[in-house]
Amino acid sequence: MTIDRTLPNGGSIPLDSTPDLAAPEFRRRVLEGVTNGARIAALFGCPEGDSVRLFSILAWEDTGLLSVLSTTVKDRYPSLTPDCPQAHLFERELAEQWRITPEGHPWLKPVRFQTPMRGKSNEPLPTQCGVADFFQMTGEEVHEVAVGPVHAGIIEPGHFRFQCHGETVHHLEISLGYQHRGIEKALAGGPDKRTLHYMETLAGDTTIGHTTAYCRTIEALTKSRVPARAQVVRGIALELERIANHIGDLGALAGDIGFLPTMSYCGRIRGDVLNLTALLCGNRFGRRLIEPGGTGYDLTEDSLAQLRDRLKTAITDAEQAISLLWKTPSVLARFEGAGPISRKTAEEIGLVGVSARACGLERDVRRDFPYGIFQMAHIPIVTWHTGDVFARAFVRWLEIERSAMFILDQLESLPARPPAAPFTRQMSSRHLALALVEGWRGEICHVAVTNEAGRFACYKIVDPSFHNWFGLALALREQQISDFPLCNKSFNLSYCGHDL
Amino acid sequence: MIEILKVRLKQGCRTMSYPAGPAPEMPPHFTGRPVIHPESCGEDCRECIEVCPSDAISVTGSEVRIDTGRCIFCAKCRQVCPEQIIDFSPDFRLAAARREDLVLGSGDDPVPSASSAVAKKLFGRSLKLRQVSAGGCNACEADTNVLNTLAWDLGRFGIQFVASPRHADGLLVTGPVTNHMELALKKTYEALPDPKIVIAVGACAASGGIFRTHPESSKVLADIIPVDLFIPGCPPHPATILDGLLRLVGRIDEKE
Repeated sequence: MTIDRTLPNGGSIPLDSTPDLAAPEFRRRVLEGVTNGARIAALFGCPEGDSVRLFSILAWEDTGLLSVLSTTVKDRYPSLTPDCPQAHLFERELAEQWRITPEGHPWLKPVRFQTPMRGKSNEPLPTQCGVADFFQMTGEEVHEVAVGPVHAGIIEPGHFRFQCHGETVHHLEISLGYQHRGIEKALAGGPDKRTLHYMETLAGDTTIGHTTAYCRTIEALTKSRVPARAQVVRGIALELERIANHIGDLGALAGDIGFLPTMSYCGRIRGDVLNLTALLCGNRFGRRLIEPGGTGYDLTEDSLAQLRDRLKTAITDAEQAISLLWKTPSVLARFEGAGPISRKTAEEIGLVGVSARACGLERDVRRDFPYGIFQMAHIPIVTWHTGDVFARAFVRWLEIERSAMFILDQLESLPARPPAAPFTRQMSSRHLALALVEGWRGEICHVAVTNEAGRFACYKIVDPSFHNWFGLALALREQQISDFPLCNKSFNLSYCGHDL
Repeated sequence: MIEILKVRLKQGCRTMSYPAGPAPEMPPHFTGRPVIHPESCGEDCRECIEVCPSDAISVTGSEVRIDTGRCIFCAKCRQVCPEQIIDFSPDFRLAAARREDLVLGSGDDPVPSASSAVAKKLFGRSLKLRQVSAGGCNACEADTNVLNTLAWDLGRFGIQFVASPRHADGLLVTGPVTNHMELALKKTYEALPDPKIVIAVGACAASGGIFRTHPESSKVLADIIPVDLFIPGCPPHPATILDGLLRLVGRIDEKE
């Protein structure tokens, strides 16, 4: 028996050091890993001649290591999904992107209705996006509700199909792909002058999370070191992104149940926190801040002092506004018990981020696979056990507090200004590099595979939303359809991060 | 209830006085409207063009022009220009009614016109908008949404986002218009009663941005439906969006 090839978060290995297993052996080893406590962080294909090489990245939270398994597939292999539900969307994606059939998969419905990345390039799409079979319930009083792609607010497009009996939702099917911009295809052959900007706009509200993951894969492939001060600034920016989005989400949750005080205040305070990111780099979403090798801007003494003072004020304001939620019985009555997910389900489907921690799962890249500043400074992990809207809201608030403490601590002990870090652009050829980052929604996973020329043979992005959308579908079961906006907001997943 | 009132007192009134009062201050490294110094640049130097991720720069002879409809304001051109003739000012007023006015050179009128006589007459006191994200990354969406918060309070200008195209006077579009959203976008546009206006927010909606050449977003918004206002940026600052909307409907006098 060969030992699985492992690497740390932010590491790289030569492609040839990963044994190319036979497909049944690949399947057995992935299933064995998942049974023994690993989680599928990524499962993707990379073109190799006229075949496709499948890579599975397993995340081992107990050892903090990631293992890589691979197999080369011509057009079919035995599906993992029947024995491992968390593989289901990855395998649907493989079928769609690479025209591979995972044999035995229950339903290979398109994920994004995209043009396959293998075969004739100009072949038309099989169908219009979203036009496909949907899971259906039948019965005299059963009815179906279809919502989207365009929604009634300022949000991204997606289609939701509910199977209802009266007010009760028995099943929700989520059909996405409307935001598909072809980013993974455009990344192949890179990096080029657009690459970093694709990362900034993968999910615009997670600019720091995705650019950090990208830069860390590049740094792994070029064997560059990031100066200590830049690591701290990256950490601060990541936590600011988390605070801003969590505050926004809590405000929006309050809005969805008609509790206007918290909604109004949080909307404004979120903007104040976005302005702190703008203080670092001039842009409220952190564009231009994270660059391979370090950061695009350094913190000046003046901006450091401003950041500290303004963050303290924002957190005080947020504390007042958000604590109203926990003190108001009518709010708690709406939050508690809405959209519950059990810990067992969360584990089975591989939830990540706030949604996983709200089910009691201690899962956080910053602690399980520490990198950068999080190797030095630890942010206590926050969990709650009820798995409902309340849990997802309450975990957010506790994380806001802890992230703010982290930032204030870091500002007290910022490493001295570093000399400009020289950045070598030559990337190792035929290597695989990966980076995990705990974005505000959860685990962001980037994997780069390089070809002989040291360019991307493929670049895989797994946004936390890819793991979590199915969680929302399950949370709605046996719930009232009128609770959908509330449940949806409590996950607040990315459409474009999923659709790429 | 007492608690809510106490918090209300502490939070105070936070709506900015702009546009009656001073404009919100932009952060230190903010990249607003490009400024191209009239000095001519090196004959064969094309460094700014080569580095631009959205092909926003053109050089004819020695005259540099930046298409702010394509620009994502990354300021890479400023970094590489050996003559230092490209800079980005803190001025957030970027919106223009005509697409060609977004292309800025050194001799141009500083702020292109965004006003529309028809919009002013019909929607000057009440403008209801439907928003469609068509491949937007949620940054333009977020900074449009922020105008609804009490800090910006878009409602005080009679501008409001509504939940149905049937109730709307105009469409506010973000994103490069993915092929997958083209049909939904057209249907939404057709569902709006006439007369109607269309506002493109962000580099993607104005020109396709960095996705301009992608076959997955093969058409630009303006090729699908007529656009009345372009608001550049990646994403535009909320002040840029607000300024564009207010100038469109004549709530800010452009001659001031």
